[in-house]
Amino acid sequence: MSLVWLILIPMVGGLVAGLVARKNESLCRWISLSALILDSGIAINLFAHHWLGLDLPTSTRWLVEFQVEWIPRLGAGIHLAVDGLSLLMVLLTLFLGIIGVGASWTEIKTQVGFFHFNFLWILSGVIGVFLALDLLLFFFFWEVMLVPMYFLIGIWGHENRQYAAVKFFIFTQASGLVMLLSILVLVFTHAAGGELTFDYMKLLGTPMDGTFGLLVMLGFFLAFTVKLPAFPFHPWLPDAHTEAPTAGSIILAGILLKTGAYGLLRFVVPLFPAACQVFTPYALFLGVVGVLYGAMQAFAQSDLKRLVAYTSVSHMGFVLLGVFAWNDYALYGVVMQMICHGFSSGAQFMLVGALYERVHTREMGRMGGLWTTAPRLGAASMFFAMASLGLPGMGNFIAEFLVLAGLFKVSVTATSFASLGLIAATIYSLWLMRGTFFGPNDKQWKIADLNARELSLVAALVAGLVFLGFYPQPVLKAVHPALEALQQSTAQAPVPVAMNRR
Amino acid sequence: MLSLLWLVPTLPFLGFLILLLFGDRMTKTLVGIIGAGSVGLSALLTMVIGYQFLASPPPDHAFTQVLWTWFEVGGFRPEIAFRLDALSLVMASVVTFVGFLIHLYSIGYMHEDSSFSRFFAEMNLFVCMMLVLVLGDNLLLLYVGWEGVGLCSYLLIGFWYQEPANCTAAQKAFIVTRVGDTAMAIGFFLLVTQLGTLQVQDLMHKAGEMWEPGSGMAVAATLLLLGGAVGKSGQLPLQTWLPDAMAGPTPVSALIHAATMVTAGVYLIARTHALFALAPSVQFLVAVIGALTLLLAGFSALVQTDIKRILAYSTISQIGYMFLALGVGAWSAGMFHFMTHAFFKALLFLAAGAVIHALHHEQNIFKMGGLAKQLPVVFWTFLIGAGCLASIPLITSGFYSKDAILWYAFSSEGGSIWLWMAGLAGAFFTSIYTFRMVFIAFLGEPKGHIHHRPGPVMLVPLVVLAFLALFSGFIELPHNFAPVQMFSNLMDTVFHSHGHSHEEHSSAALEGILQLTAGIVSLIGVAAAYFLFLKDPSKVEKISSTPAGSFLQGFLLRGWDFDRLYDTLFVNPLMALARINKGDIVDSLYNGLASLTQMGHYRLKWIQNGAVRWYAAGLALGAVILLGVFIFT
Repeated sequence: MSLVWLILIPMVGGLVAGLVARKNESLCRWISLSALILDSGIAINLFAHHWLGLDLPTSTRWLVEFQVEWIPRLGAGIHLAVDGLSLLMVLLTLFLGIIGVGASWTEIKTQVGFFHFNFLWILSGVIGVFLALDLLLFFFFWEVMLVPMYFLIGIWGHENRQYAAVKFFIFTQASGLVMLLSILVLVFTHAAGGELTFDYMKLLGTPMDGTFGLLVMLGFFLAFTVKLPAFPFHPWLPDAHTEAPTAGSIILAGILLKTGAYGLLRFVVPLFPAACQVFTPYALFLGVVGVLYGAMQAFAQSDLKRLVAYTSVSHMGFVLLGVFAWNDYALYGVVMQMICHGFSSGAQFMLVGALYERVHTREMGRMGGLWTTAPRLGAASMFFAMASLGLPGMGNFIAEFLVLAGLFKVSVTATSFASLGLIAATIYSLWLMRGTFFGPNDKQWKIADLNARELSLVAALVAGLVFLGFYPQPVLKAVHPALEALQQSTAQAPVPVAMNRR
Repeated sequence: MLSLLWLVPTLPFLGFLILLLFGDRMTKTLVGIIGAGSVGLSALLTMVIGYQFLASPPPDHAFTQVLWTWFEVGGFRPEIAFRLDALSLVMASVVTFVGFLIHLYSIGYMHEDSSFSRFFAEMNLFVCMMLVLVLGDNLLLLYVGWEGVGLCSYLLIGFWYQEPANCTAAQKAFIVTRVGDTAMAIGFFLLVTQLGTLQVQDLMHKAGEMWEPGSGMAVAATLLLLGGAVGKSGQLPLQTWLPDAMAGPTPVSALIHAATMVTAGVYLIARTHALFALAPSVQFLVAVIGALTLLLAGFSALVQTDIKRILAYSTISQIGYMFLALGVGAWSAGMFHFMTHAFFKALLFLAAGAVIHALHHEQNIFKMGGLAKQLPVVFWTFLIGAGCLASIPLITSGFYSKDAILWYAFSSEGGSIWLWMAGLAGAFFTSIYTFRMVFIAFLGEPKGHIHHRPGPVMLVPLVVLAFLALFSGFIELPHNFAPVQMFSNLMDTVFHSHGHSHEEHSSAALEGILQLTAGIVSLIGVAAAYFLFLKDPSKVEKISSTPAGSFLQGFLLRGWDFDRLYDTLFVNPLMALARINKGDIVDSLYNGLASLTQMGHYRLKWIQNGAVRWYAAGLALGAVILLGVFIFT
């Protein structure tokens, strides 16, 4: 039942927060925050039990499972479950959700209630995506997170928000429909051999061979790589990020992109191991291009938010590479990258948002030398710029190291090219610092430094990244059984040749 | 006491944390006490630990302190662990002790700077990272330090960030070294996937078992590691960042870009010496890179006018000697030159800094002159440093360390007469450019006006370093002089089986002849500098005013135009590509699709005009066409 609460609390919290906002906006913010903290309490409780190994079954694949009938005639059920992977993702979601509420405390001034309603419903949808084990339910949550996000960008965004919101919607919706088609084909293929069901566990191992399997797989692949986003499906991202309000950017980069990564890990490879094996060289190619192209585009930008948005394209390229390398090192690397990129990009958007609140521009050409007037903001930006370029000592380094080391087993060429991304990341990160905080302060900016609220949010993110940089073991240990299970599901595939060969 | 090893890097880190969090609310005195004090305590602790290590050596002459397991994935299990052996002890001692002297000096040098506490915070972080680099037990932890010092180097080169040129220099340093670091990272991937570990001792052990000498794996792994080493140590072809790095405050140049960080590449190769011994071709490449670099940089140093750039090129050149030593398997000689170089080069930079400080940020040697009388302590200490750099025979440490390298470049298995001659030629240029600096800046007519005289806080480090620069050479004498080989005996506990052969005794006469040659060459260089730059500078001016002369001068001044080459090959094309594609061509494809749809909408919308006649006509026309098709086919 705790899983249902995980989804319901933000939903109900969002409704209540939305309603009270007419009377009391401050109360609305506090209710949102409390709902998320309460939800985190549940998630942390689950995690603690998992971590300490208390009274939870260790033999089955799932830590907690919840299953009731939904539409029996279609074989669709309310099937929720967590393993280490989804639990970590839920924790990340709630953590960044709290950061997001904190970051929009003073930024959002209009329609405060509706904002928080949408914000919490996105989170609820995301949590649903991470928990659902029924493909129809999964698709439902996939849509739940889309619509409020559309409003978030379209209403509270910057100048060009309508364009960005529509673009975001079309990309996600179109690719989502292709996925729905693939879900249906998969389900009916399975039904032809027996039972009609949308249940993930039962659909695993459905024989999907040859070109047919490849096509069905590509439906899922498309939806998830649009979300990730991978080259060449990324163009919605810079616009969505640039126009979204700060909290929108934080959860967009921090969490929504991770649902794409999660989908690849949970569905694409386990459901279609044979097709993925065939597709690996192409996926690796897209991954490498994404890493380098995203980095080059980031460097080309003069709009701070666009710059940071493109860095996500680059960093998510590593996720795609890691997923298709599909071995121990790489998969742990992918999980680390999902979490650490959530922290670092979330933090970067928060800081850019804080900067925008002060200077009312995102153009780097109109900044420069800001370190003089806001050294704390500068130091915080420096920290996350370093995280972004993969400086050892932060979690991002462990992530990229593991992904690339795993990839090295699969393809030395892909590893060599992807590693150039480390150089490229250095270039755009330093470029960002150079354009904002260094150089002469010739625009004579005098701005307020980070305040206590902002500093505490930054401190939480810094502490998280440094901890993960020097002791990632808790995360790695927590996802170990989940990754083991995922790898087993592909090992039982019809073509058991190790994917490591290539 | 050995169990306190973890405190050695932790103390400067605490200093960094305190200064980061509270530095802006502290007085400068307190900042100075914490900044220099944390490194001083660390140096003291290193000495105590070092004494104990030498007095009662632990088993196998190495002590490893495991703090915790970093992570564990698929059998790969790096630890956060520090390792103390002779090699890391020497490095750590130099880093903390020279580091402390430079911190002390900085209290005076940086006193009027408004970002006083930021300076010390970043310097402390640097010392911490450098110690992690040298003490790290595995390559991954070494890499933490390796990139950490890179970050501090970037921050400190760009310390005066309001000046755009400084920012550019800082960025260049970070990016160019990162190119090497990325090669190094790929090397790590290779090592991890092939050998399953990055723990240095295991690595060398397993590599020796699994790889044949000269095997492809060994060559690839060492080549990639070498990439990191040349980047960090400013060797060909990644040397271009180091001269520009002089944009940082002079104590930074002394600590990071002379004494410690830039020798990290030398340390890396020495640390993984068994791997390099498995790849003789790569090891030979190390020697060649060293020889070429020392010559190229030596030439460039001859024509520089900025005192710090002369010293920077000289640093590149001297590290070239260390690479030469490593390349011929003279590990111990390479490390010995690292140590003496750290003392005398730090001394030269600090003395130069005292001059720059006194002349109000004047760095052009032709605007100095006659400083010997005005700043006597600075002059004499600078002279000692210069003597060491030019390896004046018998009395300076530079002579002993460089002589060892020259001898092994000639006599060891990997050595040859060509490498020896390159080293000798380099020594000749070294003494010319060194004494050019001494004669022009310190002798002759005074040209500048002295603003500040350095106080004791700046002079004491100079004197201590001068003492070390003079006398540190006597712990390791050539075999044909006396049986005093304290340094190489200590180093043999690390390099044992892989060291150079000890057959030199048989050729004592030959060694003596070579030493004599080297000594004479150094002295001739000094004499040449005297005639060319002090007695009668008109000849040099005449040569440099000819077209060929001025072209050559500019070419060398710009460091053989490597910057121009890299700009043309890499920087400009990539910048242009990025600029052209700023709008993202992929996005244009999607927008094109959208426009196409929109165009279709505009083209076709007139048919939906609400007039029933039109619809009926359309229906009829359609029916006729269909019927026609039906009938005629």
